[in-house]
Amino acid sequence: MLSFLIRRVLQTIPTVLAVVLLVFVLFSVVPGSIVSSMSDDSDPQIELRMKKQLGLDQPVYMRFGTYIAGLAAGDFGTSFRTREPVTAMIAKRAWPTLQLIFASMAFAILLGVPLGFVAALRPGSLVDTVSMMLAVSGLSLAKFWLGLLLMYLFALKLGWLPSFGYGDGGLKYLILPAVTLGVSPMALLARTTRAAVLEIMTADFVRTARSKGMSETRVVKWHVMRNALVLILTTMGLQFGALMGQAVVVEKLFSWPGIGSLLVDSVLQRDIPAVQGSILVVVLFFLAINLLIDVLYGVIDPRIRYS
Amino acid sequence: MFKTIAIVAGLGLALSATAEAQTPRKGGTIRMTAPYGSSFTSLDIHTTQRAQDEIYAKALHRSLYIWNSAEGKPVLELAKEDVVSGGGLVHTFKLRDDAYFHSGRKMTADDVIWSYNRIMDGSKAYPGARYVRVIEGAAAVEKGQAKEISGLKKIDDFTIEMKLTEKVDPGFYFFTALTSIYPADEAAKESFIQKPIGLGPFKFVEHVPGSRIVLERWDRFYKPGKPYADKIVVSVMGEAAARDVAFRNKEIDTSVLGPAQYVAYQSDADLKGTIVEVAEVFTRYMGMNPNFKPFADKRVRQAINYAIDTDLIINKLVKGKAYRATSWLPLTSPAYDKGMKPYPFDPAKAKQLLSEAGYASGFEFEWTTSQNESWGLPIVTAIIPMLDKVGIKAKVKQVETAVLAEVVRTGDYQAFIYSQASGPDPQAALKCFHSSTPQPACNYTTFKNADFDKILDEAGQADDMAKRIQLLQKANALLYEEAPVWFFNYNKAVMAVQPWLKGIQLNATELTHQNVEDLWVDETSPAK
Repeated sequence: MLSFLIRRVLQTIPTVLAVVLLVFVLFSVVPGSIVSSMSDDSDPQIELRMKKQLGLDQPVYMRFGTYIAGLAAGDFGTSFRTREPVTAMIAKRAWPTLQLIFASMAFAILLGVPLGFVAALRPGSLVDTVSMMLAVSGLSLAKFWLGLLLMYLFALKLGWLPSFGYGDGGLKYLILPAVTLGVSPMALLARTTRAAVLEIMTADFVRTARSKGMSETRVVKWHVMRNALVLILTTMGLQFGALMGQAVVVEKLFSWPGIGSLLVDSVLQRDIPAVQGSILVVVLFFLAINLLIDVLYGVIDPRIRYS
Repeated sequence: MFKTIAIVAGLGLALSATAEAQTPRKGGTIRMTAPYGSSFTSLDIHTTQRAQDEIYAKALHRSLYIWNSAEGKPVLELAKEDVVSGGGLVHTFKLRDDAYFHSGRKMTADDVIWSYNRIMDGSKAYPGARYVRVIEGAAAVEKGQAKEISGLKKIDDFTIEMKLTEKVDPGFYFFTALTSIYPADEAAKESFIQKPIGLGPFKFVEHVPGSRIVLERWDRFYKPGKPYADKIVVSVMGEAAARDVAFRNKEIDTSVLGPAQYVAYQSDADLKGTIVEVAEVFTRYMGMNPNFKPFADKRVRQAINYAIDTDLIINKLVKGKAYRATSWLPLTSPAYDKGMKPYPFDPAKAKQLLSEAGYASGFEFEWTTSQNESWGLPIVTAIIPMLDKVGIKAKVKQVETAVLAEVVRTGDYQAFIYSQASGPDPQAALKCFHSSTPQPACNYTTFKNADFDKILDEAGQADDMAKRIQLLQKANALLYEEAPVWFFNYNKAVMAVQPWLKGIQLNATELTHQNVEDLWVDETSPAK
């Protein structure tokens, strides 16, 4: 297992480098620069001094080299805009983003997986139809619109929850953004779980277990659930990573202080170090979650072996 | 001297009048919103020119002057007196001796000089440099040719002498937060950016990036009895629909309204009374590149002004949330000429002018635009068929707002649509069309007209204010005639204000920028 882990971690390095290179090159060629966006009337001589101060007067390959050297030392650079270290900027936003993503996934898992199981155990029933209707609706709803609907209902009409803000980071501020973000993965998990369970229910080993006289509860618990979990875990892993990217809409709508809004603002303001740092964190998070899922495969399914 | 024509709607005026009639209540929390993005850019206000950031900065910092919305002009804030000499170029400021930074230290002349020198650090390109540059020797510091601004002299701890390069009213240059006075010792520290210290009525408590800034009353603020409120919370709320819910739910005290909400609030009996509006000093226009052959001809530029049904666009697309532009200077400008009429919608006249200019069969041009709902793609899309009717074909080139800002500065366009500050100083606003003003500064259409230059130069030298205003009006009328742009509209800023928040000022420079020490909440406010 240890060698597997080491191998997987090493495999992430080219991925990270490719992303860093791509973002770096992309922001070197897109029109619009931090210099022109900061001051709209400075003369070319001053622009040149500023570019020199920010290191933008160097060729792209040299800047990239400097950036990579900094990354190796754990330095994400300094924001062009705020003059703060990017690591500090990300650190301030990391916890709220993690709060939001984990709460959303908790909502998605706690609701989506049981819903899928129930639907699969009674295929064609009213429960199945209603569950899948809910799942399709959840997948189809735009987050922005859903968020507004939830705000309208739970804040304005019922008065149960605040409509926006981070407050003290407490649960009442987290519920609406987490549900808004979590509905889509919840729906996907419900559909995936249903499909996985239905497929496994017709597998030979399940039929064998039943024919041996094993109770239905034991069949579901020991054979169906365990085998379905591999597929469910894969979906969960992908959704975890995807939520990092999707969170930006929810963060902006609810004034939630996350990495997504930092990324969007940094892109609009051409704050390249902040953009690179934010994207890198998202990528690292995605890779870490996938690594964790790979490890969990081994724990759940004894047939999967790593050497 | 500068009389403001504030455009106030219905109960907006009533709100202000009521506020004045009541005795301000001490205590409570004011909950403002920052609607122009999903974050504040920086806690170092010298580094950012976004309107979003000045909302909190008005509570935290102070500059030499402050904008007085009632008088429609900048007035002294950190100085008690300004004695002018040297043919109008030398200003001797007697500073307040009762202004304390939030660290507890008294402000002195050294802080003013240190702050202005900092802003002129050319390697940092502080946006406030455009204002401080008016001090003699400031440009040399910016270019790295000098370490200190030669035109700034400390006479004593509370007196400074400022020598300017032109005869202008320094109030217009030193009232925004971009030229805030920092504490020289504290601001040099790295910790300043995390916990800024200012001279404003409220001191910094907390910044949750992407969510809010919290400030609390500074008890040693120099205006007796002010501020009234205990606390101010400025929440970042970039989404108009979310602001709408929060406002209706009484979670925020102010909300900026877009065109769609403006219509909805006007038709809602409960919300109509919360609307406050003012003509801001921004002019929306289509700039035409004179290096593109058809636009070099004045008749073609005039034809475009005749060919577009501007009133229809303002009413239908902008939902009436704008005032028709008659030339460059906006309604709230002291040099606005009420007698001027906009170009009428007259396609026949447009065709005639095009024919006279040799474009009877029309021509084609590329129109660069952003997605902005009030002065971007939706407007361009509506205009294209109107131009088509007189034979002019427009091809849309859509770019991001940040890119558009660069496009207009570099001249890489045939035509563009934009929103540009056209005040509060009419002299500075019109100077953007002076031939000596470089394109990257603000002469985006590289306008050159010897008569215009002469009138504007004369206005700059005029000591008599009435004469100056008259000359500026003449220059503004000449712009109308020359039509370097299609004059679209002046922004109508609209804000919804909860009935318990009093003292809102109709600030024509930016409605969200409030002198917060004058705001107060009555006992009906739901905020603790």
